[in-house]
Amino acid sequence: MIVVKEYEAMLEAYGKAGGNLGALRNKEVGNLVIHRNEVLSANEVEGIRIETEKTEAGVNIYFLVEEGAKTKYPVHLCFGVLPKEGLQEIILRVEAQADSEVTVVAHCIFPNAVDVIHRMDADIKIGDNAKFCYQETHYHGEFGRVKVIPKARIRVGKKGVWQSTFTLIEGCVGMLDYDFELFGDEKSVSELLVKAFGKKEDDINIVEKIHLDGKEARGLAKSRLVLSDNAKAVVRGETYGNAPFTRGHVDCLEIVNGEGVIARAIPLVYVNNRQAKVTHEAAIGSIDNKQLQTLMARGLSEGKAVDVIVKGVLR
Amino acid sequence: MLEIKSLRLTLNGKPVIDGLNFEVKEGTIHGLLGVNGTGKTTLANLIMGISYPDEGSIIFEGLDITRYTISERARMGITLAWQEPARFEGLTVGEYLSVSRNLDSTEIDNYLWVVGLPPAEYLNRAVDASLSGGERKRVELASVMAMKPEVAVLDEPDSGIDVVSLPHIMNGIAEMSKRGSAVLLITHSEEAVRVAGELLIMCAGKIVNSGPPREMCQWFKNNCSTCNHVGEPSYEGA
Repeated sequence: MIVVKEYEAMLEAYGKAGGNLGALRNKEVGNLVIHRNEVLSANEVEGIRIETEKTEAGVNIYFLVEEGAKTKYPVHLCFGVLPKEGLQEIILRVEAQADSEVTVVAHCIFPNAVDVIHRMDADIKIGDNAKFCYQETHYHGEFGRVKVIPKARIRVGKKGVWQSTFTLIEGCVGMLDYDFELFGDEKSVSELLVKAFGKKEDDINIVEKIHLDGKEARGLAKSRLVLSDNAKAVVRGETYGNAPFTRGHVDCLEIVNGEGVIARAIPLVYVNNRQAKVTHEAAIGSIDNKQLQTLMARGLSEGKAVDVIVKGVLR
Repeated sequence: MLEIKSLRLTLNGKPVIDGLNFEVKEGTIHGLLGVNGTGKTTLANLIMGISYPDEGSIIFEGLDITRYTISERARMGITLAWQEPARFEGLTVGEYLSVSRNLDSTEIDNYLWVVGLPPAEYLNRAVDASLSGGERKRVELASVMAMKPEVAVLDEPDSGIDVVSLPHIMNGIAEMSKRGSAVLLITHSEEAVRVAGELLIMCAGKIVNSGPPREMCQWFKNNCSTCNHVGEPSYEGA
């Protein structure tokens, strides 16, 4: 009975946060719903196997995409802590076997958090010629007391594709300590993207590392941050060209829109092969004046123009 | 409609705009021709309210708007297309055209067709670096048209444009005029000024001559090709 109540409460929070409720109720859609350390729902679909094990503070998850499987719909994951206080530790092991293709949409919900820690430790293996898209979106309350600590080690096989987007723009971030490290094999294509909107006293720490280990591997470490009030952020984007004809790029944009903001970007580009090439670009500063003036010349107020620019950057 | 009266602006001790006078008339395309550094873009910025003059006034429909903000002028119907238009990450062409007012899809399609951009191909493209320079300028022109301005200042919409894009740009400008907007077309191109009803010649911060485009182009060639007066007043009494 308690589980049913928690499940309904999670669905309600998920719906309020803009999540697709129909997807969680559809039997044809793979899903996994976890509140703290309780698995409230797990629906496997053809080609997807989900195993879970409850631990004291969270859940261990084994997520398998079988060889050659191509899912019709994205698989939905929903993690959350609804009370004001709590700890959730997700240990995630992902294996996407060769020639498989899947999109995973994860929502992490902490609407009432006053003292909540959400930790994810992921070990992800993408097989040869497999494609894995991972979109993680966070919905936080306005209290800004969540500590989010997602860490992932990702290995992408030959001709494999990894695309991940981590989005935290609703509510206050709290403290974010994001650390994704990726190793790309021959002809793999990888993209790490983080989008965050820091407000009040938010503290954002982002590490994106891409090791291009296989010949002709490509990688992009991208981040888009908007910081207001007294938020602070540091972004470390690192790309290593370790094999012939690898191409990597680090792209960081931080828009500073507050008096107390501190923003830093520390790109690192490293090559140990004469035929490899990695590049970086980092821009930190206030809203671009020309963009602002252009929108104002179309009749928008300065405030509205800033909103349009910020929404675009974080989209 | 828009009167520029005795406008002056000095930068670093040098007059950039030097007692400039002219009038933009309703429904007319006014070409503005001048060599580099004569103050054309500065004038565009003054009209839009991006910068303010030291002296003189800008009168729009009888109202002195010299100290009005960019947004205030835009809401009155004045707008500007930049020579190098800004790029917007995450904003689609369709959204960009709709920032000034709510447009339905038919209207957006119409504006894109006018500048030769097939809506099916461009509507959901981002207004970012993925657009070529020519495409971006055409999108800019479409967004100006979408605003239905009373006065549109177009700062070199034809510069750096390939031969395929140019006719679409010129078509867009002509169409804007047909729909009732007055246009101040800043350009270096003789071809571009053919759409103008009147051509103003600018030199060293002043309008030094004005008249029919063909005649003025010839005057410009005869007088400005040998001119050494960039940045200094010249052609007094021309």
